[in-house]
Amino acid sequence: MKPVFLASALLATVLTGAAIAQAGAPIKLANVAELSGGGATVGTNWKNGIDLAIEEINSKGGVLGRKLEVTHADSQSNPGVARAQVQKALDAEPYVLLGPGYSGSVKVTAPLAAEAGIAQIMGGEAAELTTAGNKFLFRTSFGQQSSMPKVAKYINDELKAKSVAIVWVNNDFGKGGRDSISKEFAKYNIKVAADLSTEAGQADFAADVSKIKAAAPDAVFVYVNEEESARILKELKRQGVTVPLVGETTLVGQKVVELAGDAANGARGHVGLTTDAPVELIKAFRDKFVKKYNYVPDHNGLKGWLAIYMIKATTEKMGKVDSKGFADALHGFTITAAKEPGILMDATFDANGDIDRQGFLVEIVEGKQVVKQVLPKLGN
Amino acid sequence: MSNLLDLLIAGLATGAIYAIVAVGFTLLWQTSQTINFAQGEFVMLPAFLMLAVMHAGAPFWLAILIGIALSLLLLGLGFKMLLVDPMLRHGVLPLAIATMALAIGIKEAAKQFWSAEASPFPSIIPGGDITIFGRVVALQSIGVLVLAILAVLGLTTLLNRTSIGHQMQAAAQNPTVARIIGVPVERMILLTFLINAFLVALASLLITPIYLAKFSNGEVLGQAAFIAAIVGGFNQVRGAIAGGLLIGVVDNLSAAYVSTQYRAAVPLVLLIAIILFRPQGMLGRPEERTV
Repeated sequence: MKPVFLASALLATVLTGAAIAQAGAPIKLANVAELSGGGATVGTNWKNGIDLAIEEINSKGGVLGRKLEVTHADSQSNPGVARAQVQKALDAEPYVLLGPGYSGSVKVTAPLAAEAGIAQIMGGEAAELTTAGNKFLFRTSFGQQSSMPKVAKYINDELKAKSVAIVWVNNDFGKGGRDSISKEFAKYNIKVAADLSTEAGQADFAADVSKIKAAAPDAVFVYVNEEESARILKELKRQGVTVPLVGETTLVGQKVVELAGDAANGARGHVGLTTDAPVELIKAFRDKFVKKYNYVPDHNGLKGWLAIYMIKATTEKMGKVDSKGFADALHGFTITAAKEPGILMDATFDANGDIDRQGFLVEIVEGKQVVKQVLPKLGN
Repeated sequence: MSNLLDLLIAGLATGAIYAIVAVGFTLLWQTSQTINFAQGEFVMLPAFLMLAVMHAGAPFWLAILIGIALSLLLLGLGFKMLLVDPMLRHGVLPLAIATMALAIGIKEAAKQFWSAEASPFPSIIPGGDITIFGRVVALQSIGVLVLAILAVLGLTTLLNRTSIGHQMQAAAQNPTVARIIGVPVERMILLTFLINAFLVALASLLITPIYLAKFSNGEVLGQAAFIAAIVGGFNQVRGAIAGGLLIGVVDNLSAAYVSTQYRAAVPLVLLIAIILFRPQGMLGRPEERTV
């Protein structure tokens, strides 16, 4: 009798210990981002936003009493490397996969995460990413199908432009944006005066700008990544192009302003997220970020931060850490800033993983983003 | 036509920088049979050295002087003594491979020490425009072109009109005979390395305000300058100059009149054509070597 009792007590102790260990074990997240290469600005901001949010959540006791823990891997801004890194990250069975930020890298990694049944919260904005029926992919910012109609409407209604030159980067992000905006221009009978494809990492834009000048458009729509945006803004200024320059977040982000200097003044764009938004919670986020990293983040810093708070809110909604149930719980979920201040603005995630929340039209004035218009959330 | 003028000026300005870098390629080849595949990274690094000095609180002009001095030390003296001299005795190929390794090392070190992100870099040429033949042209393009031409003229004057230049040419053409007639060949070779270090520092100063300071800048610059040196003629300084200018102009014209998507391919097509039909380059001398 005695040995049986001892064995039972031992077993109970081991099982209880295991349960306690499981309950207290950190929730493991995996981030694969552009930490070097052409997308380093994107990936570094995204990573810093993630780290900041995790630090804050952990300092307040974590999620359901468990700390968050993240591993960072560098995609080198290369879709092939991103795929290998994501496969490696998934082998470690993370709770949720974070990143990448480049649409091309998201496109090649999303099937891996879906196959593993792991939710992937990413930064890509190409329209096609959430139209392929992937039930595990979630955006942290507007897709092109949401933002381009707003940009085209602004160009038509406010700028009254009848012809526009489009400059786009020849990758999934750029092609998606170019296709979306071209469709919207057609609706308004806006003529595409020049359709210029550029390369990621391109340094010399003299010929491209020269072609823009020759086409004499009423406005220029610039849809390239941040560093190339800065270079083309400098070249546009150098060659004396004075028509309105309109774009998306990648044209009017903080990094672009820092790199382009005076040449960024006057650039306008639609941004889903900006640290200059007239929203108190965003201002508080900005202060925390600047205090920790000593620079003002661009929208990618906000995206990284939001990804973590999406995880927190969804997990708390489920009441358990359930990797397989995470995606279902986030579909159709509205996270309110009143209940979860970390989400910064009320956000709703639809069945495709697309996000709906308010957006902003901004202009760069004397080196700063100035919000000219607040665009409300579509649904309520 | 007016568009063509803009393209030509912008292309010549970029091409002039390629030419400076390509001249460095040819100088090193002629004096020490060094094919420096880290030449692009040599252009990237001085800008970061200057930025580091500026971050320490020094004014821009002082950062330029210190940056050039550090370039002479690291990319001239250090490169020759620590890599070229020990490797050259094993042959040209091991040395070329060693410079490839050096390129990777410099690039990764710049990424680790500074950042993978681009940084703005001030220009020594003031902003603004001037009017040429009724066309408004950016002062920066003209400034880059003028400074590059002055550098090349200074170099050709040094090589052709001074005693040191003649000694350098003698050391390059036939080191054995040069030694017999009293030319300090080793010192002349070192001088060539120092001149190359100065040229890359100058190129860095001119190109970085346009390209932004980034660890990966060397990839594009090194390739463009290498193609320029081959197209112009690897064994002639004037060939490297012509090749650099040609690549700059061809790149811009092909982007404007052929296709922006295939602009990068056009200089490579030119390179293949030159290798097939005039292997010594446009202005190069045919060289024969025993096997």
